[in-house]
Amino acid sequence: MVSIDISDAAVDFPVFDAKTRSLKKAVLGKAGGRIGTDSKVPIIEALRDITLSLRQGDRVALVGHNGAGKSTLLRLMSGIYEPTRGRASVVGRVAPVFDLAVGMDPEISGLENILIRGLFLGMTRKQMDARVDDIAAFTELGDYLDMPLRTYSTGMRVRLALGVVTSVDPEILLLDEGIGAVDAEFLAKARDRLKELVERSGILVFASHSDEFLADLCSTAIWMEHGTIREHGPLRDVLQHYKGRDVLAETEAR
Amino acid sequence: MAQPVTAGDERAEDEMARPRTAEAGPRSWSRAFADIGQGWRQRPLWGYLGWQDIKQRYRRSVLGPLWISITMAVVATAMGILYGTLFHEPVPTFLPYVATGLLIWYFINGCILEGSEVFIANEGLIRFLPAPLTLHVYRLIWRQTLFFLHNLVVWGALMIIFPRPLGWQVLLAIPAFALLVVNGAWIAVLAGIIATRFRDIPPIIASLAQLLFFMTPIVWSYERLRGLPLAAYIELNPVLHFVEILRQPLLGAPLIGRHWIVVGAITVAGCLAALVCLRNYRSRVAYWV
Repeated sequence: MVSIDISDAAVDFPVFDAKTRSLKKAVLGKAGGRIGTDSKVPIIEALRDITLSLRQGDRVALVGHNGAGKSTLLRLMSGIYEPTRGRASVVGRVAPVFDLAVGMDPEISGLENILIRGLFLGMTRKQMDARVDDIAAFTELGDYLDMPLRTYSTGMRVRLALGVVTSVDPEILLLDEGIGAVDAEFLAKARDRLKELVERSGILVFASHSDEFLADLCSTAIWMEHGTIREHGPLRDVLQHYKGRDVLAETEAR
Repeated sequence: MAQPVTAGDERAEDEMARPRTAEAGPRSWSRAFADIGQGWRQRPLWGYLGWQDIKQRYRRSVLGPLWISITMAVVATAMGILYGTLFHEPVPTFLPYVATGLLIWYFINGCILEGSEVFIANEGLIRFLPAPLTLHVYRLIWRQTLFFLHNLVVWGALMIIFPRPLGWQVLLAIPAFALLVVNGAWIAVLAGIIATRFRDIPPIIASLAQLLFFMTPIVWSYERLRGLPLAAYIELNPVLHFVEILRQPLLGAPLIGRHWIVVGAITVAGCLAALVCLRNYRSRVAYWV
């Protein structure tokens, strides 16, 4: 059974600059007493008082303004950040899709990048070998897949990354927005694949500003504000409170 | 609304055990060992990445990774002849001596220098993809091992050009190298974590490594110092013992047990220090990079 349980969790970032990162400062600070007030590392409270519990079948939209803590919450769920206070327990294989460019090596071919990305997402080499043809067909890149990635355009890179990411079998799928730079026809295709992927996965958490996408994929929503959960409930209600109007009705009307 | 939160790190018993869970608190032995185990299970990934690192360096060159061996051969020959002449050493014995010393030094140097930057260099991966921290260390050590094997070709060639009796004891090179690998790993974990927090560490380590190269008998013969009062101080250099345990079997030189004992003690102490560091600061690295 896959699950995400977070209770009273907080994520505090220490903000290091050259002074606080310096060993000299740490050593001298202890030996000679405090030097001014800058001997303490400033901290940014990215998340606090986060309590939530997600189970198999949950399709959660993550909404909120820039800097509200959406991405940090996703990284907390993925296990990249462990909570500074409180607890976070994640059961299941996590596939985070945060930045499509990360883990891509410009010097090696598209096919090799597909393999590496898949391995990073927890697939075995055998599973990836079985899927590579399917991914190649989806990306429509053809012979380009044997070329080094540096020869690709931005759109082609996004195609490749999306192809890999949507081919894995995750138990927990964490999507952060940033899927741009692709043409509309391809986006429609990606959307179908994304939908299939969501159906295959146990839990989905999707941070996006696109109401259409959210309405398509999600059933509940979390509204983040200033690093805390402002509201957690059905998608329609939360979106309505967040935007101040019934957004779902508008997208349905279209 | 914001009540003080206490970390309930130890109340993990009621949770059922399942892979990839975060049951115990961030600072626990079980999480540290789980990190090591998970990293090891991802062999296909770091195995592939380690190869890629090597292939990539020589991707557009004609000779490819053969350049590693060629570079090593050129440097060893030049240094062997230069220092051999300076110190009045016969080339047929001194050249293999220098080459073997360099071969070992390159491995140690690589583990120390790249080890201190192992997490800083992988910042993007650490911040965007959840993976065990030790994955990056395995990849680094594997890459250095591959470099070592490429350089070993030069040693093999020199053993053919300047033949010398190599008995069964050459097999001792295998456990000796295994010890070097283990030590490379703990140095990378320890130095890597500390250097991620304190960015002054990599330059300090880099200048220290330079000094160590000259303090270690690689381009000069340790034999000449034996018996002199200075020899006692030279033995304070830990790298010397690592070089000796591997060079002696590779050159068919008489074995000295003292070096093995020192290396064994360093291995145990270093692994313990690295484990403590991994336990306490493993979860902080993602915040620090």
